[in-house]
Amino acid sequence: MATYKIHKPARTFGDQAYLPAIAKGLVQTFGRLYQNLLGPEDQRKTATVCYPDEVREYPERFRGVHRLTHRADGSPRCVACLCCSTACPAQCIYIEPAEYEADERQHGYERYPKVFVIDELRCIFCGFCVEACPCDAIRMDTGVHVPASYSREHFLFDKETLLSIPGRDGSYVTANVRLEPGDPGHPGIDREHGH
Amino acid sequence: MSALLRGFVYGLLVVNAVLLTSAVNIWFERKFSARMQSRVGPTRVGPLGLLQPFADVAKLMSKEDTVPASGNRVLFTAAPLLATVCALAAAAVVPFTPDVVAADLDVGVLWVLAVGSITTIAIFMAGWASNNKFALLGGMRSIAQAVSYEVPLVLSAMVPVVLSGTMSLSGIVTWQSEHLWIAAWPLIPGLPAFVIFFLAMTAEANRIPFDIPEAESELVAGVTTEYSGMKFALFYVGEYAHTLVGSAIASALFLGGWSGPMAATMPWLGLVYMVVKTLFLFFMITWVRWSLVRFRSDQLLAICWKWLVPISVGLVLVAALWVELVPGVH
Repeated sequence: MATYKIHKPARTFGDQAYLPAIAKGLVQTFGRLYQNLLGPEDQRKTATVCYPDEVREYPERFRGVHRLTHRADGSPRCVACLCCSTACPAQCIYIEPAEYEADERQHGYERYPKVFVIDELRCIFCGFCVEACPCDAIRMDTGVHVPASYSREHFLFDKETLLSIPGRDGSYVTANVRLEPGDPGHPGIDREHGH
Repeated sequence: MSALLRGFVYGLLVVNAVLLTSAVNIWFERKFSARMQSRVGPTRVGPLGLLQPFADVAKLMSKEDTVPASGNRVLFTAAPLLATVCALAAAAVVPFTPDVVAADLDVGVLWVLAVGSITTIAIFMAGWASNNKFALLGGMRSIAQAVSYEVPLVLSAMVPVVLSGTMSLSGIVTWQSEHLWIAAWPLIPGLPAFVIFFLAMTAEANRIPFDIPEAESELVAGVTTEYSGMKFALFYVGEYAHTLVGSAIASALFLGGWSGPMAATMPWLGLVYMVVKTLFLFFMITWVRWSLVRFRSDQLLAICWKWLVPISVGLVLVAALWVELVPGVH
């Protein structure tokens, strides 16, 4: 029968007297006390964020509440293609598309969302809608949470609400260029005259 | 009559000073422990959170005051009172300056040790009256701990008594003002006796790492499990008062109390010395509390009986020999 000899760490006199370990612990805590109370400002390691007074800085790619980006005239960039609501795994986006009037220059080229509602309680903040959008019309770069409320209805964000939320830099537009039909550089492809 | 009046006024002053200082010390401890753990501590109530202890008291006062249905109502109510009163009563003999002593007893050291050990009975009363197994276990542990640590506490307090030849605390401080602090001279019975007294005093006050009677992780809240509201608060006031008074006694016995440079000519300076020394010891206890983990019950008793008791017996012997052999001690 095989026997194993288990080597236990020897306990020295110092270990059993506890004193060296106690001294080590005391030095550690006093060092931290000095560092955080009297030491140089840049070496203090206070981890607390006093929440209502100071808010933790979110990372740059933090996915906050959605916003709908604006065109030059303030209308949504959204063309009601339904890519986002199709991509959404939580099915929290509801869009009712509508045609532009015949005298508007977008007529025949694209549609617009008559109703655009996001149920922020259903949303899982995966960011798929942002990935899916071909027009850079929906973004989650607001850097803020969905605010708290007492009523579930308040979390159904409609088009006006989504348009009223600025991005983290305070702007309602995006850096991507938007060309309206008729602008120089617009491909001029519409639903009747395709590729 | 005038002595009675004087005792009453000083007693009132001392009790209120201890209670107020305990409140400030709670803030102090929370702030310092926060810094040690890289937190900020209380900041909301008052400047720097200074009014936090008072807010805590207001909160605890407004809480429901419950007594377990199957507990003993009289003992349950008496226990926190006894714990607090005993800690405060010990403060009566603390000499703050040569003149300011609420009661300058000839047997001051004996009084402190006797009254301080009644706290144990209060804790056991609380454990028994709660009719709760965690509380009872906490109370039993408290007895085991207090009975053990009483021995090195008394023996190490004997060292200054033997050296100075008096049991009056002001007498011991006067002796130190004529010689040196007992913790410094004679170094061999003095310094170890101070350390042992300090440790045993921490254990008597049930402070971490000796907080076996209320070990949260093992016994819920130990003897205070069933307590709520102001009764619960009284236990904590008692604990802090006990710690504070213990620090004051330790500084009077070993660190020269009010004695120091110029203290003989300016009595108020003596008060400053006394307060500084006491608060320094309190800071030490706070520091130790947030640095060490709780001892296991068997470790606790082993440290006491295998180390502290034999060493303190030896120290008393050395002190006696010192008095016999070295001329000019008395």
